Amino acid sequence: MQKFEVFSGVAVPLRRSNVDTDQIIPAVYLKRITKTGFEDALFAAWRGDAEFILNQPAYAGAEVLIAGPDFGTGSSREHAVWALCDYGFKAVFSSKFADIFRGNAGKQGLVAGVISDEDTEKLWAAIEANPGSQVEVNLVDRTATIGSLTVTFEIDDYTRWRLLEGLDDIGLTLRDEQAIVDFEAKRESWRPKTLPAKGV
Amino acid sequence: MSNKPLTLAEKVWNNHLVARGENGSPDLLYIDLHLVHEVTSPQAFDGLRLAGRPVRRPDLTIATEDHNTPTWNIDKPIADPTSRTQIQTLRNNAAEFGIRIHSLGDVNQGIVHVVGPQLGLTMPGITVVCGDSHTSTHGAFGALAMGIGTSEVEHVLATQTLPLKPFKTMAINVDGVLRPGVTAKDIILAIIAKIGTGGGQGYVLEYRGSAIRALSMEARMTICNMSIEAGARAGMVAPDQITYDYLAGRPHAPEGSDWADAVAYWNTLPSDEGAVYDAEVHLDANTLDPFVTWGTNPGQGVSLLDTVPNPADIADPNERAAAERALEYMDLVAGTPMKQIAVDTVFLGSCTNSRIEDLRAAASIIKGKTKAEGVRMLVVPGSAKVRLEAEAEGLDKVFKEFGAEWRFAGCSMCLGMNPDQLAPGERAASTSNRNFEGRQGKGARTHLVSPLVAAATAIRGTLSSPSDLLDGADSNAGVN
Ligand code: SF4
Repeated sequence: MQKFEVFSGVAVPLRRSNVDTDQIIPAVYLKRITKTGFEDALFAAWRGDAEFILNQPAYAGAEVLIAGPDFGTGSSREHAVWALCDYGFKAVFSSKFADIFRGNAGKQGLVAGVISDEDTEKLWAAIEANPGSQVEVNLVDRTATIGSLTVTFEIDDYTRWRLLEGLDDIGLTLRDEQAIVDFEAKRESWRPKTLPAKGV
Repeated sequence: MSNKPLTLAEKVWNNHLVARGENGSPDLLYIDLHLVHEVTSPQAFDGLRLAGRPVRRPDLTIATEDHNTPTWNIDKPIADPTSRTQIQTLRNNAAEFGIRIHSLGDVNQGIVHVVGPQLGLTMPGITVVCGDSHTSTHGAFGALAMGIGTSEVEHVLATQTLPLKPFKTMAINVDGVLRPGVTAKDIILAIIAKIGTGGGQGYVLEYRGSAIRALSMEARMTICNMSIEAGARAGMVAPDQITYDYLAGRPHAPEGSDWADAVAYWNTLPSDEGAVYDAEVHLDANTLDPFVTWGTNPGQGVSLLDTVPNPADIADPNERAAAERALEYMDLVAGTPMKQIAVDTVFLGSCTNSRIEDLRAAASIIKGKTKAEGVRMLVVPGSAKVRLEAEAEGLDKVFKEFGAEWRFAGCSMCLGMNPDQLAPGERAASTSNRNFEGRQGKGARTHLVSPLVAAATAIRGTLSSPSDLLDGADSNAGVN
């Protein structure tokens, strides 16, 4: 996982609330067996519409999503976060995220920052006044800045620390690798081993 | 170390602590055995590839094919492309990462929760995980066995550990002697009806009491299997001589001095006198009847001697609404005697009830009897080995002569990921563990039952217990 400190990218205003994970990625895409390659599946039901915000040239290559309240509700599918990451998003802002979505985002290195409804409106207005403008996301200070507008966002300390360090769950555990090695050294020989295979 | 009396689950937990979590972060636990199947593993392996990580302990990992496998014509290519791809992907991943795999056609292929115990890999006092909720099955040996999600599968593959939040403990005391025709499946269905599908949430259940001690290992597996249907993290039974006898001599069971060391340790596992549980539940085995479900969750069950409940009698408004909806889906009328419900299909199989004892029990009832007209019966052994064992005992002939379909091993109609599905509106008596809407096929209706009830139902065509087969025993009076 990449370390995240300060980052700038094109921001896209998604003026919708209650975007559930079925809308982020419809169930038909869950049959796949890979963890990547879901960029085409993101918001699949809306992407066919030429008017849809992501289809507008000014927002090509968007990396920051600013959505309405209750983002990521519904099914717990991790694919929703994979699809956002595969599309290129590095950060998502909303005044309210579903808990599971927020947890999944943190695991994959996607910043899910909580901003007030008021600040959401301000950011939307600022972007729409100047489509394609860049937003600077500063995880150290927990701020998002467009031009002269700076808003603060919330993200819990633990997730923020992990993102700043670039640690996924596995990376975090592997910091304890010596403890794992020590544990394995004491592991009794009666405990199960699948190899060499017996009974075949 | 303090001398605080501990429960079985706490002992196994403490024994696997790699690092104690600080300030509310989870404990890191070592995983002794990781079981893998084709449905929940592809993205986990893909994640390893993306990060360039190896599998830390291929020698503690084993894979089998079960959810998607066809149960006949297993020598032909799998027709459904999604199923075929998932299975081929598992084979490729196993080869790439050096993991032992039991593929279709292999004697140890079968439902992952049947294969682990069969090989003697599941043993007391270990931690077992698998990307499947019914991993709780392995708790029957006194192991701490939990179902995990795909990102946790990747975590275990990479580190052989899992960060886990502490749990609460619940003692489920089942005392008394079961009447003839009443089995482990009836115990667990009655427990879930009693505590509800959310009653075990956050808990590890420990099944205790004289009725549990009297059960065989395979019956204990049936009970632990459905712990998850009560919402629990895991279910456990303390190991005893029955456990040791079942395990001894299996391919991967400890041998020689290892066996002696293991037993010495296993003998320390049962919960200490005075150990405190966060909750306790009691069930009287003496008065238990065969139990069946009427609704669309495993907690919606009643005695087979009872009638379909009336939602109006249910006080809790949410449960009442759920019952109303369930009756509509199940096309049942309140007040109908359960024994008058006619079925189209009988399914004997799944990780709940597809082991050799289950097949023997059902075969003993149907032997020499005729199948009810129009009823279809599927018998799907839990593993290729169980199938061979049954054939060596002639059980396949009993089933075939009865008119049942004798299939190859896999999950089959338990969830219908392969072609074994019910048609819309069809009704089944099923020995599996989930009666959710559409679980066995779109619009399919499922009644969860024991193997004995499944067999008697196949004979009579309506939900029945073996006692109903006795001469003149057509009444609702249970026969002992
Ligand atoms: S038999 Fe059913 S419950 Fe068991 S592992 Fe297979 S699909 Fe899951």
